[in-house]
Amino acid sequence: MIYKKVLNLSVTFLLIFILTGCASRQKIEQVLFGGGNDNEADIVSNAIPGSSQDFTVNVGDRVFFVTNSTSLDDDAKVILERQASWLELYPEIDIIIEGHADERGTREYNLALSAKRAEAAVSYLESLGIVSDRIETISYGKERPVAACSSEACWSQNRRAVSVVIADN
Amino acid sequence: MRIKIRYILTVIAILLFQIRFSQAALEINVNDGNLKPLPIAIPSVIDKQVLEKDLGFDISRLIASDLAGSGLFYPINPKAFLENLSSISQKPNFNSWRVINAETLLSAELSYRDNDIVRIDYRLWDVVAEKALVEQTLTTSRNKWRSLAHVIADTVYTRLTGEKGYFDTKVAFIAESGPKTNRIKRLAIMDQDGFNPRLLTTGNDLVLTPRFSPNSEDLVYLSYRNGQPQVYIYNLESKQTYVVGSFPGMTFAPRFSPDGKKIIMSLQEGVGSNIFEMNLSNFERRRLTNTPDINTAPSYSPDAKNIVFESDKSGTQQLYVMDANGNNVRRISYGTGSYSTPVWSPRGDYIAFTKISKGRFMIGVMFADGSGERIITDGFHNEGPTWSPNGRVLMFFRESPGESGGAMIYSVDITGYNEKLIDTPGFASDPSWSNLLN
Repeated sequence: MIYKKVLNLSVTFLLIFILTGCASRQKIEQVLFGGGNDNEADIVSNAIPGSSQDFTVNVGDRVFFVTNSTSLDDDAKVILERQASWLELYPEIDIIIEGHADERGTREYNLALSAKRAEAAVSYLESLGIVSDRIETISYGKERPVAACSSEACWSQNRRAVSVVIADN
Repeated sequence: MRIKIRYILTVIAILLFQIRFSQAALEINVNDGNLKPLPIAIPSVIDKQVLEKDLGFDISRLIASDLAGSGLFYPINPKAFLENLSSISQKPNFNSWRVINAETLLSAELSYRDNDIVRIDYRLWDVVAEKALVEQTLTTSRNKWRSLAHVIADTVYTRLTGEKGYFDTKVAFIAESGPKTNRIKRLAIMDQDGFNPRLLTTGNDLVLTPRFSPNSEDLVYLSYRNGQPQVYIYNLESKQTYVVGSFPGMTFAPRFSPDGKKIIMSLQEGVGSNIFEMNLSNFERRRLTNTPDINTAPSYSPDAKNIVFESDKSGTQQLYVMDANGNNVRRISYGTGSYSTPVWSPRGDYIAFTKISKGRFMIGVMFADGSGERIITDGFHNEGPTWSPNGRVLMFFRESPGESGGAMIYSVDITGYNEKLIDTPGFASDPSWSNLLN
């Protein structure tokens, strides 16, 4: 089941990659050479509605937590509310929520803590009417940071719950 | 065929022909706080055939390095030796060893059989009393000479300290490579001194927290191989793995029971994580905690009557001890900061732990009732202690900060002295020390 979903996810990403390739290259060239107008708005609107990119860019795929906490602040709730609206719009789409922790905890505790963060996001989505069998969770503890520095600037990005779109099948 | 013979010999490993201990006059008291290392003379192992150049010298140097590494022995520089022993049967001229302040002398001679087999005769002498404390003969396959040297060092250590040794042991760990944001982690084992590292998994699946079984034949660990993190057992000889029970959520933080027949671990259930015991013979599971908190990192006492674990039920991570059936939970850590990853010493006296206080990560020990807390090492990030089988030495990992930072494994005496980096091929974390192998 999960293999199938991962496969589907890869296909989705591949599709997005192909479709957005030109736009991304354009953006990189702008960054490198400093020329051209800001086309970011165009790129965003290029995301296929209902795609994983649409979800990530136009909805927001992640919420953040303070140290050792699993509670959702107002910013996190706003993001999850947008996720819930989007999921209502695309009822065929399921998500998997990845829980993460920063490096400032011990390994086993961080696994449990990040599981709790993912569960907090699930509970809130459920309270907004998303049925639980559309949401899976996985806990990564401190094993998959997105930011590698050893200061709060990075730790705050790593304490997160990320919703990843998987096509329903 | 040769490989098979070698394999059988390896399995048979070491045959003891003769062992004789005599009464102790000479003994190191390892519990003495202000310890003076015992001077020991370890001449090069006599080798009349020299089928392998420097083998005798290498064996003697490894024995010396093991003993010196314990912090309890002081091997005398061989340049100071006045007598050149030419045969194991030759009685040493004790006076010539006394004048260079040797209190003990390890004389040894090796010979070869069928090219592949090495036999070593050795004697440990009390230079002052002029008598042999140990006389022993060992044989093993030639490529196992490091193990042979470790066994001799263990015997010397045991004879002179009265405690079990720890040199002929292995350490399971996680070998790390790749960038910090996408670390590749592989199950690995090595000799206790960092030699003979061996990778056991490909790195395709994230793996964490390997722990040795008491007979050193299996590892229990966490793997993401089927998407959801679950506890698996890896058999070192067959290289087979199997999942430890089918649970509805993530299972993690596993350890063997002292008899090797059970696994204790955490199961994530909703927001909480609770501790379960899994019987490996019938796969029956028993719940030991039942609260909505994070209850994890369980470790049995060596008599299997108690379990120490960490829980955040008070608001921060603290250490608790419960009876092996889950009853009678009592908190044992009361210092400032939070406590985690408790591990019960094989001697039963201490519990080692990771302590987090004021943004620093420390390794410490406390008595099993929570008294006598002592910090062994303190810094940016020290984590995950494991005990040598005699309960005298700890290994742990230390993570350096920043984008290029990573984990390395260190060993340290429980006195806090004699800290050493274990040389690994790359970053390494989550060490687990085996019992004595032979």
